[in-house]
Amino acid sequence: MIGQRENSPPLEGSMSIIDWFNNREKKTHESSKLDIPGDLWVKCYHCSEILYLKELEQNHKVCEECGYHFRITPEERIHFLFDKKSFKETDRYVSSVDFLDFEDTEHYADRIKKAKSKTKHEDAIIIGKAKLNDKDVAVGIMDFSFMGGSMGSVVGEKITRIIEVAAKDKIPLIIFTASGGARMQEGILSLMQMAKTSAALKKLSLVNVPYISVICDPTCGGTSASFAMLGDINIGEPGALISFAGPRVIEQTIRQKLPKGFQRSEFLLEKGMLDMVVPRKKLSDTLSSLVSLLDPHTK
Amino acid sequence: MQTLDFEKPLSELYNKIDELKRLSEEGNVDLSNEIEKIEERAEKLKKEVFSNLTPRQVLQIARHPNRPDSLGLAGLIFDEFLEIHGDRTFRDDPSIVGGPAKLGGFRVMFIGHQKGHDTKEKIYRNFGMPHPEGYRKALRLMEMADRFQMPIVTFVDTPGAFPGKEAEERGQAEAIARNLREMAGLKVPVITVVIGEGGSGGALGIAVSNKIYMMEYAVYSVISPEGCASILFRDSNKADYAAEKLKITAKDIVGLGVADAVLPEPLGGAHNNWPETATTIRTRIEKDLKAYKKKAPNTIMEERYAKFRAFGQFEERKEKA
Repeated sequence: MIGQRENSPPLEGSMSIIDWFNNREKKTHESSKLDIPGDLWVKCYHCSEILYLKELEQNHKVCEECGYHFRITPEERIHFLFDKKSFKETDRYVSSVDFLDFEDTEHYADRIKKAKSKTKHEDAIIIGKAKLNDKDVAVGIMDFSFMGGSMGSVVGEKITRIIEVAAKDKIPLIIFTASGGARMQEGILSLMQMAKTSAALKKLSLVNVPYISVICDPTCGGTSASFAMLGDINIGEPGALISFAGPRVIEQTIRQKLPKGFQRSEFLLEKGMLDMVVPRKKLSDTLSSLVSLLDPHTK
Repeated sequence: MQTLDFEKPLSELYNKIDELKRLSEEGNVDLSNEIEKIEERAEKLKKEVFSNLTPRQVLQIARHPNRPDSLGLAGLIFDEFLEIHGDRTFRDDPSIVGGPAKLGGFRVMFIGHQKGHDTKEKIYRNFGMPHPEGYRKALRLMEMADRFQMPIVTFVDTPGAFPGKEAEERGQAEAIARNLREMAGLKVPVITVVIGEGGSGGALGIAVSNKIYMMEYAVYSVISPEGCASILFRDSNKADYAAEKLKITAKDIVGLGVADAVLPEPLGGAHNNWPETATTIRTRIEKDLKAYKKKAPNTIMEERYAKFRAFGQFEERKEKA
């Protein structure tokens, strides 16, 4: 069962934004790090099985031994899910501004610069249109490796824009979330993105366009407490951490260890917060079925 | 009443005044000149102290144990108020209170966070940190208000939504998210006053509003300065600095366009004079209620949507520079 990760290295799976900030100096275990030339073998962070990288990629970056879902980049997600070369990115060059002149251990402006050159993305999300089994869909994909996938003005704006596209063109909306929550460096305006995106979803629901939220590892705080949990259908990736408050914050509050698998996809399914937990390899087919079953505008 | 550290020089002066008054009474000596001088000095000092507060000091006032709370203010502001209870699904959450009320001839629905004052009430109210059922109760009240054409008045005063095991199990994230979405569709006006602490998503869950007001010494923040300090600065002692950087004071929140105006507090903070605070809030709300009476339900909804749609600062260019 996924969710039992006690033997795995401390950096994987259970990462909340707090951990992300704590660990940002250290080597991360994101899957993109595996793509070093000559690095033919990788170790599964969950079961420690040695995996042949090529096979792992063919298996959509899911461990064949234990089913652990490695974190993947937006590009990999597009490659695994949508019709070949059908994804057309829009609104690419919207980027963050350090309007509060925010400085912690580093200037926010420098953090943005670094994250841009590391991820080759403008911010923690890309949006666009794609074809899923020949059907048009509006798509948003978050990138956890860009400042912990945190939501500031840019993420909020681009999520809102893709919701508006779905509403205008009457095509189903699919958003993949992976985010530690609101971006502190933009203060109160980050908080307001929660309301902005949720309000846009209200408009979408009024024109009867289905919204499928695919919640990936990890999705916390302001992101889970807004558009991530508001899908007509909420799908969790196996083993994904999905929470409002992260496990560490809760443990500090209740001064108690949390049970195994707490706040994992499977747990949320049991508690009635998710509609289904779908392994990555079946995700494309499941999404395609859902779209054709739910969409009243399909011809 | 609790004295905050920056109020100490002031309270020393006041103690001196009291002492002199007692002396003059007991000893039958006329010290009125001296008393008057010190009183003048105290007034001057008070103005000085309160016009130069750091964000951290403002936060202390916002969290003052004697700060007017939702139920207290409701009692002073509304001509009539009936508290109603429960989310109809799980239980009644005492961290959020609410019910139908009357204000100058207007029927309204009132909703607010309730922190509590003494230890016993604080525990009962969970320090104003709601569980999901609190947000679901709030939504039930708001939907009722929408049906019965009652404008909604909300008071924000919470450190944040409760970060606990049961809250997570019952869908804290979903409960808040749903409120954000559903509030966007309300056709009655929502008027919010941040009366103390506006703690992140826990505050926003009842504050997707047409009008948002900040009490002069209230704060509104994406994360508590303490939380921010320990995450970003990796040093919880940096909370003062974080409070500054996060721009959480009433003036900042208005400056960033999130709140519409600052409502002035009595000198020294709202805890010194509840009735005066209540009157300020009542006057403001009544003015808005009159203005919204003339607006069509759809306009009210669209105006709220436009306000939130515009939030955010970013730059956009045609292609890669």
